[in-house]
Amino acid sequence: MGLKLDREARSGLLLVGPTAIYAALMLAAPLFMIVTFSFWTQNYLDIDRTLTLANYRTAWSEPIYRVLMVRSLVISLIVTAVTVLLAFPIAYFLSFHVTRRKPLWLFLITVPFWTSYLIRVFLWKVILGFNGVLNTALLDLGLIDAPLTFILYNTNAVVLTLAHAWAAFAILPIFVALEKIDRSLLEAAEDLGDGPLRRFLRITLPLAMPGVVGATLIVLIPTMGDFITPRLVGGTEGMMIANMIQVQFGRANNAPLGAALAVSAMLVVGVVSLVIYLAGRKFGGRVR
Amino acid sequence: MKRSGRGTSARWLTIYAVAYMVFLYAPVVLLPLFAFNDATVVAFPLSGFTTDWFAALWRTEALVDAVRNSLVVAVAAAVLATTLGASAARAAARYRFPGKGPVMGFIMLPLVLPEIIVAVALLVPIMQLGLSLSLWTVIAGHVLICIPFSIAILSSAFQGLDISLEEASLDLEESRWGTFRRVTLPLVMPGVISSLLICFTISLDEFMIAFFLTGTEVTLPVYIWSQLRFPTKLPSIMALGTLLLALSIVLLVVAEWLRRRAARRQGIEASAIGGLM
Repeated sequence: MGLKLDREARSGLLLVGPTAIYAALMLAAPLFMIVTFSFWTQNYLDIDRTLTLANYRTAWSEPIYRVLMVRSLVISLIVTAVTVLLAFPIAYFLSFHVTRRKPLWLFLITVPFWTSYLIRVFLWKVILGFNGVLNTALLDLGLIDAPLTFILYNTNAVVLTLAHAWAAFAILPIFVALEKIDRSLLEAAEDLGDGPLRRFLRITLPLAMPGVVGATLIVLIPTMGDFITPRLVGGTEGMMIANMIQVQFGRANNAPLGAALAVSAMLVVGVVSLVIYLAGRKFGGRVR
Repeated sequence: MKRSGRGTSARWLTIYAVAYMVFLYAPVVLLPLFAFNDATVVAFPLSGFTTDWFAALWRTEALVDAVRNSLVVAVAAAVLATTLGASAARAAARYRFPGKGPVMGFIMLPLVLPEIIVAVALLVPIMQLGLSLSLWTVIAGHVLICIPFSIAILSSAFQGLDISLEEASLDLEESRWGTFRRVTLPLVMPGVISSLLICFTISLDEFMIAFFLTGTEVTLPVYIWSQLRFPTKLPSIMALGTLLLALSIVLLVVAEWLRRRAARRQGIEASAIGGLM
């Protein structure tokens, strides 16, 4: 290793140092602490620092937490599937059919996501409510006789609202993957007699897979940690694990249990993400 | 035959795209409608035009405080995150050093962590060390989640930077600091401003971390959350949301314009989202 490289390495480390130290102090240390914390117990007002698995036993065995964990995962997976399925045609449209003003389209897609998340979620409540925009419109048009009630304060509302909230994050990675596809491959498939559907299944979809997997993970992971949408539009059946974590850190005053729930949720979503990532690697990326 | 087949699918896709855009913009369009609506309930039919809800905003003291707190937090978070992000982006673009992949990966991690995890992970040490929650704790959290965005925006700016310009400056006996100030900084300035604006916007709208880490002084989203329970406050919240929407759009247009101008100046092809991917 020559002197020049040493100096280069030193300069690089010096420059990245402050940011890396900040991340270590503000992220690595806290993450380590929350894991440690989850092995402690809340003893009325004090924290008992004896290491124990009690919180994890509670988190994984008591029905309420188990129900919430499973439900959160199911809702997150449904939200992710709906969001990605709705987003794919848009990404496809942008990549293959929009020729002029592509940046403008991309900009228009991102604008709604830079508006207040809270207010956006609340507006869905206004749209879906008993006297909401949708019901009023449908009643006025004479399409329904009584307001629809299955669209608010349940899982449907959570799925719809989150599919809206994460749309741009699903569209962009798929779009990027589609843009990278060499168009001559498509022509080759066509020349070799593939119809549009076959061509899509054999060329476009496998090559878009990294983007689809990226979009899936970008939507799935944060959705598991959301408590605003379940609280505002979910009603009781739409409550998710993040709501319980918030309750444990707040009103219930059992932060160690909250920490154990948070770590458990992370593990669950981590394992599911890994499975999705590996599945995506196995089934996509190659042209067959 | 091939041609007509493609034509129909293109037509269907266009119809779908338009419907999708309606879905995306439905809540955004309702916001100003209700903000100017002369009724205390947020529902159709609209009853008349008023600007009362905007006027009421200025008279709400708690709101004015929350706006001030949010501005302090957003400015501090944007400046700190952009500074830390710029040095990391520069290091990654310019130098090879041991452990580069894992270090950069770890710095970018908050991008994929659920915000509630970041929030409670920061809350636990603060509770354990007996520190009190304040705007500073919120700033610390916001800097953490803004750094990855800053790096994403700035790394394209630093990658496009022609090293020979800096070398020329050094050869001409300009000092390192002088080179940085007179050559490097002007070239990446649009990226820096773009990063500041994006970080500012993210911090201004961030709720989860602020909710857990805020003390008695609340930020704007935390204030909005507390008001959503009161039906009579809703029209004011709609007015507030309209103002925030307008502000975000202005900031984003400026950030995007600067980023593209920088990309053009450096002669690299830049897609609108290249920086974030």
